[in-house]
Amino acid sequence: MRIELQNFTKRFGDTTVIEDMSLSVASGEMIALLGPSGCGKSTTLFAISGIHRIDGGTLHFGDRDVTRLPPQDRPVGVVFQNYALYPHMSVADNIGFPLRVQNLKPAEIKRRVGEMAELVQIGNLLARKPQQLSGGQQQRVALARALVRKPDVLLLDEPLANLDAKLRLEMRSEIRRLQRETGITAILVTHDQIEAMSMCDRIALMKDGRIEQISTPGDMYERPASRYVAGFLGNPPISFLRAEAKGQLTIGADNALPLPHGTAARGPITLGVRPEHFGPQHRGPSIAGQVSFIEPQGREDLIDVTLPCDQRLRAIVPAGHDIALGQPVTWQVDLSRVHLFDAEGARL
Amino acid sequence: MNTKGNWMLILALSLISAPLVIMYGFQLIDSVSRPAPGGIIPQEWELTNWRFLWTSIDSARPSIWRVTFNTFVFASATALLVCAFSITAAYALSRLNFPARRFFLAGLIMLHAFPTITLIIAIFIVLQFLGLYDSLMGVILVKAALELPFGIWIMKGFYDSVPWEIEMAGVQDGASRFRVWRELILPQVKPGLSALLIFSFLAGWSEFILPLVLAPGADAQVLATYMNAVIADDTRPDYGLFKAIGMFYALPVIAVYLLFQKRLMNIYGGGTKG
Ligand SMILES: Nc1ncnc2c1ncn2[C@@H]1O[C@H](COP(=O)(O)OP(=O)(O)OP(=O)(O)O)[C@@H](O)[C@H]1O
Ligand SMILES: [Mg+2]
Repeated sequence: MRIELQNFTKRFGDTTVIEDMSLSVASGEMIALLGPSGCGKSTTLFAISGIHRIDGGTLHFGDRDVTRLPPQDRPVGVVFQNYALYPHMSVADNIGFPLRVQNLKPAEIKRRVGEMAELVQIGNLLARKPQQLSGGQQQRVALARALVRKPDVLLLDEPLANLDAKLRLEMRSEIRRLQRETGITAILVTHDQIEAMSMCDRIALMKDGRIEQISTPGDMYERPASRYVAGFLGNPPISFLRAEAKGQLTIGADNALPLPHGTAARGPITLGVRPEHFGPQHRGPSIAGQVSFIEPQGREDLIDVTLPCDQRLRAIVPAGHDIALGQPVTWQVDLSRVHLFDAEGARL
Repeated sequence: MNTKGNWMLILALSLISAPLVIMYGFQLIDSVSRPAPGGIIPQEWELTNWRFLWTSIDSARPSIWRVTFNTFVFASATALLVCAFSITAAYALSRLNFPARRFFLAGLIMLHAFPTITLIIAIFIVLQFLGLYDSLMGVILVKAALELPFGIWIMKGFYDSVPWEIEMAGVQDGASRFRVWRELILPQVKPGLSALLIFSFLAGWSEFILPLVLAPGADAQVLATYMNAVIADDTRPDYGLFKAIGMFYALPVIAVYLLFQKRLMNIYGGGTKG
């Protein structure tokens, strides 16, 4: 089911949280709403689910206008950050609740609850109460309950935030598997870029109630639309250098790079270099500085290089090098992969 | 160290509560015995003080069972009314955004702290006007109304501790707001509800002033006013009888406390744990 949100505006009292936002999600697609805390991800999600009334704009599921539909009538399943399981009901009753509301026959409910439990692999836990489950199991129950009505849209609000690191990895692929198997259109809210990149077909990166860029994870990583996007994606993060674009790209007094192809001479700009595009193992023009920090990571090391102008570049260098702290180095930059942003932060 | 600390604590608590325990003990012993005049050591065991249970102690008075029944009806009706209104009003105050919500909340706190006895004249006039003066029904309504602010306040606390998401999840699962309340929210506040039920029952059971002023007739007499009549009417007060009736009056309260201690504690915890 295609989701089409147009010119969406949401206010709480006098504060406008989201203004004039448009988002369309293709049928069967899984999209991430990614952004820092307070940027309006949950607000957007709950507007789509119907819990928040929207103050402006329209929402369509397929060709159907659902803007004014109450949440009960929207074909939407929601997984909440704290799972919101009903504590007094068994797992089976939790999953079956949406079906009981529809007044289905007990036998039918039992069959569909069983099916759903198998799908999320908790068939042996049906008699338990939520308090008797681990975080990951609770998460699965919440997923089953959201999906049991066979909704057209699945909304997930930070579903992995309460899990420990190992479970998070497991549930990441689990949620993606379920989404693929059911072919449901899904929106995932997260502030974790790795989650967004690894689980979703596309990412909508939000900032202050606006969508900054919407694209596939690969494209967004390779071609960030702004300095903000470039800084949000990537771990370890990209390094930014203040530079001057004249005949050359000068960085401080001592370093200069040739202007990347097609860049006009202009005033001050920001140069963004990802750590995997700088280091002794690359080819291209070089930048000189002094090693100021080494962080071993096992397979590779993270090395900070401080330039004479006191700006920093980070490099990923394969382990087994003999670089020492304080050593002066002149390393290469992969010039075809660097990003340039103007003074306002827009991509050049 | 810890066990020693515990013993010290128990000792201190015993010392403080000893006078109460001794008083209760003597109340019981006195009611079934006759001490030597001026002494406190029981001399003879006898049940004459408890005669009110099987004979009429005074032809003008209703039987004790009739009065006990009245008290029971008064206390339970009050408790049920308080609970019925509290669970709905508190839900609205906790969850729904309606006009003048803040005003109602503020009013609730004020009423909770209000010395209700100052209202008694006004209530008297209202009851008289409604034709409910000197009827059990009238006192029940008044007592329930006066207990309501407390009940609503307590229940609101319990509702506030139920996460919003449960409600949103229920709505998203397709249930109406009412069904969400009944099937998903109400079970979470059940501990509070049972505590409130017991509390308002006990409050009704021990109420004295309201029945005394608003239902002085013999038909609507409750145990508290009955005792008052026994001690006040007689030219020669029978303290033994009075003690026995007092004992009889207190027994249900003690039983309720023993049985429901745990649930009563919930009201102070305010949590959702059973
Ligand atoms: N009920 C509300 N009343 C007033 N303001 C609200 C309300 N809900 C959210 N907001 C405000 O709207 C903004 C966006 O909130 P939202 O919950 O959508 O953020 P979010 O992106 O989900 O953040 P997080 O990652 O912390 O969950 C925040 O500034 C928040 O303070
Ligand atoms: Mg949120």
